[in-house]
Amino acid sequence: MVEKGTSLLKMMEISVAEAEKRTGKNAVNMQETYTVYLIETRPVDAASEGTNPVPDSLWRRYSEFELLRNYLLVTYPFSVVPPLPEKRAEFVWHKLSADNMDPDFVERRRVGLENFLLRVASHPDLSSDKIFYSFLTEENGWKETVFETGFQAKADSRLKALNATFRVKNPDKRFAEMKHYGDELQSVISQLLRVRARAADRLYGVYKVHGNYGRVFSEWSAIEKEMGDGLQSAGHHMDAYAASVDDILEEEEHYADQLKEYLFYADALRAVCRKHELTQYELEMAAQDLTSKKQQREELATGTIRTFSLKGMTSKLFGQETPEQREAKLKMLETQIEEGEELVKERNAECEEFVKSAWVDIERFKEQKDHDLREALISYAIMQISMCKKGIQVWNNAKECFSKM
Amino acid sequence: LLSQQLRLNERDLHDTTVTDGSSFNASMQTSPASMINQYKFEEDAEDTKDIFVTVDNPESHVTAIETYITYRVVTKTTRSEFDSSEFEVRRRYQDFLWLKGRLEEAHPTLIVHPLPEKFVVKGMVERFNEDFIETRRRALHRFLNKIAEHPIFSSSEDFKIFLTAASGELTSYKKQGPGFLSRMGETVKAVAAAVRGVRNRPQEFTEMQEYVEAFSQKISSLDKVTQRIVREQKEYLEELKECGPTYALWSQSEEELAEPLKDVAGCVDRCCKETEEQVKNLNDNLIPVLHEYALCTETLKAVLRRRDNIQADFEAKTEALATKKADRDTMRDDLDKAEDRLEWANNALKSDWTRWQKDMRTDLRSAFVDTAERNVNYYEKCLAVWESFLHSQRTDAEGNGNVDFS
Repeated sequence: MVEKGTSLLKMMEISVAEAEKRTGKNAVNMQETYTVYLIETRPVDAASEGTNPVPDSLWRRYSEFELLRNYLLVTYPFSVVPPLPEKRAEFVWHKLSADNMDPDFVERRRVGLENFLLRVASHPDLSSDKIFYSFLTEENGWKETVFETGFQAKADSRLKALNATFRVKNPDKRFAEMKHYGDELQSVISQLLRVRARAADRLYGVYKVHGNYGRVFSEWSAIEKEMGDGLQSAGHHMDAYAASVDDILEEEEHYADQLKEYLFYADALRAVCRKHELTQYELEMAAQDLTSKKQQREELATGTIRTFSLKGMTSKLFGQETPEQREAKLKMLETQIEEGEELVKERNAECEEFVKSAWVDIERFKEQKDHDLREALISYAIMQISMCKKGIQVWNNAKECFSKM
Repeated sequence: LLSQQLRLNERDLHDTTVTDGSSFNASMQTSPASMINQYKFEEDAEDTKDIFVTVDNPESHVTAIETYITYRVVTKTTRSEFDSSEFEVRRRYQDFLWLKGRLEEAHPTLIVHPLPEKFVVKGMVERFNEDFIETRRRALHRFLNKIAEHPIFSSSEDFKIFLTAASGELTSYKKQGPGFLSRMGETVKAVAAAVRGVRNRPQEFTEMQEYVEAFSQKISSLDKVTQRIVREQKEYLEELKECGPTYALWSQSEEELAEPLKDVAGCVDRCCKETEEQVKNLNDNLIPVLHEYALCTETLKAVLRRRDNIQADFEAKTEALATKKADRDTMRDDLDKAEDRLEWANNALKSDWTRWQKDMRTDLRSAFVDTAERNVNYYEKCLAVWESFLHSQRTDAEGNGNVDFS
């Protein structure tokens, strides 16, 4: 799914090889059961040299993956950060368990976590991150290292971000469109996953009921003389048909996982757009502040009051201020204006820098998405074809048996 | 000719008057025993088929009292006892019921193919619903064809009248026939016999009864399983119908992906159509046949009961002769007649049973083969749909040179 030959993946092979259950005490000193995943890494040239060294490995649990991702989100806000597999099983059809401890769920999560690591390791910006590297290679003390970066303090509060979204005046049109696209993508993939899960449920029912044919044919064959053999063997094929749906739906689950990855990617995309809105908003705020200060200076210099200021009002009410007071004020404003211009320059550069980097990654993401989803659709078609071929085989066999009835 | 003689003899045994007006030599009576030996069924009815019946063209009739449906019954035949080679009449369900009743009465131990039921209450089907009428029409068509293929029934005078008489003629013919009182007498005898019960049922008829019991359960299960499959398929179809539009909706937000998404939407929609077709096939073909054979088992049980009654009657008369002192001559006469009736009934049943089993095997075999074939067809069509999608993606990809299909 991910392309080899970029950054970290050039140097090392990464895999999430196994999953295991552990029990231990949690933060509030209560017994808990959780799953850990084995991350294996091996230098790329090791295999080609003929030797096959034992890979380095360490165990990590899902919450550590979450911590890594949160760190990446804050540290690289202009990157569309690859998503983790879902925290809880959603869009399940009845046969599938919603239990996090279910072995099938754990297995699918293992695959999803491996996919996450491979995506990060092949990302042009993220793959060279030191914290990511130590996540893969240093079992002990990694958590402390992450916290030491102080990334949590750098995180934007949700309130701040929400505020910016509502108040920003001139966001880059492309980002606004991207955000809208992210909304649509999330909505339509959710709908698709829901519909698919319900259809899978029904299909399961159709196949399984055919198993009843198997049972009845077998019983019926016992009371017939000439028809017995044909019925009996037809019954076996009906049983085979009923059993075949398990594999079919398991394969479809992989397809659903591919869709889910992009469902969550939509969120990452929107996060980048929101960050843009925030930086743009902060630039606008700084610019607005500067303009207001400049206006105040002008009024003070010319003695006309156009902008409202408390000082201005009070001086109107309680009398004008002295020339010395005015001088002092002017001087302060000048300093503030200087600082303000610096800030605007800074913020402008930040904004431009952000837009540039983010748009590069968004374009990269678009290409990746188009490629991956097209492959997913193709693999879906291949699955359907395989299902049809199985159906043809079973019913041809059954037909032969029936004709011997 | 042979079958006509047989019919006459049977009527004698029932003490009813025959008023069918057909002319044949009444002196051609031979002993029942020798006749039974000549009671053969034509094995290759197909090659010598000389009568073709179709039921079609349902029409609704409204009168002051009621509304009902009539069906057109067309007969083409080369048989000499028919005045013409082609007949066209209109019949309603009641008329079919009447015919069935007459055949059962005349041949209590022969197996008459079942008629579709009067009313499907479970499915809450309106009597005049198009699907219901079509299903009924097909069943009526099968019914008449089974009668036409039966070596004994097809020579029945009642059958002939049914196929040829104008509506008015049929009505008046229906009013004739054995009087009410004599039919009452038969019923009373039958009830009395039923109460008495049979003492020494021959093993083969007990085996038949056991088979019918088991078969009845199996066929009823198959009927239920098939109905359930249809239900599940319909529910699957409901969900699948939403898939295509969702892919189409998605394609509207995309650029590069718009084309493949639209294609997938199209594929899913086409598979929906095929699934719909498959459900219809099950409903129209397999289910009616299973249902008919489920009804058959009721007929078979009734036939076995009637045979038992005939035997019980004979046993009672045997007992009576042994114990009573008076009227011994009449009683011996009665007993002989009862014995003949029993022998007759048993042989008729045995032969018809063999014929029925053969028929059942053929009908069910072809129904299941047909179903399997349609399922293969269904999957083949869906396969083609998805393969054409793959093909279009491949040609696209080869053009762009960026997808690996290995």
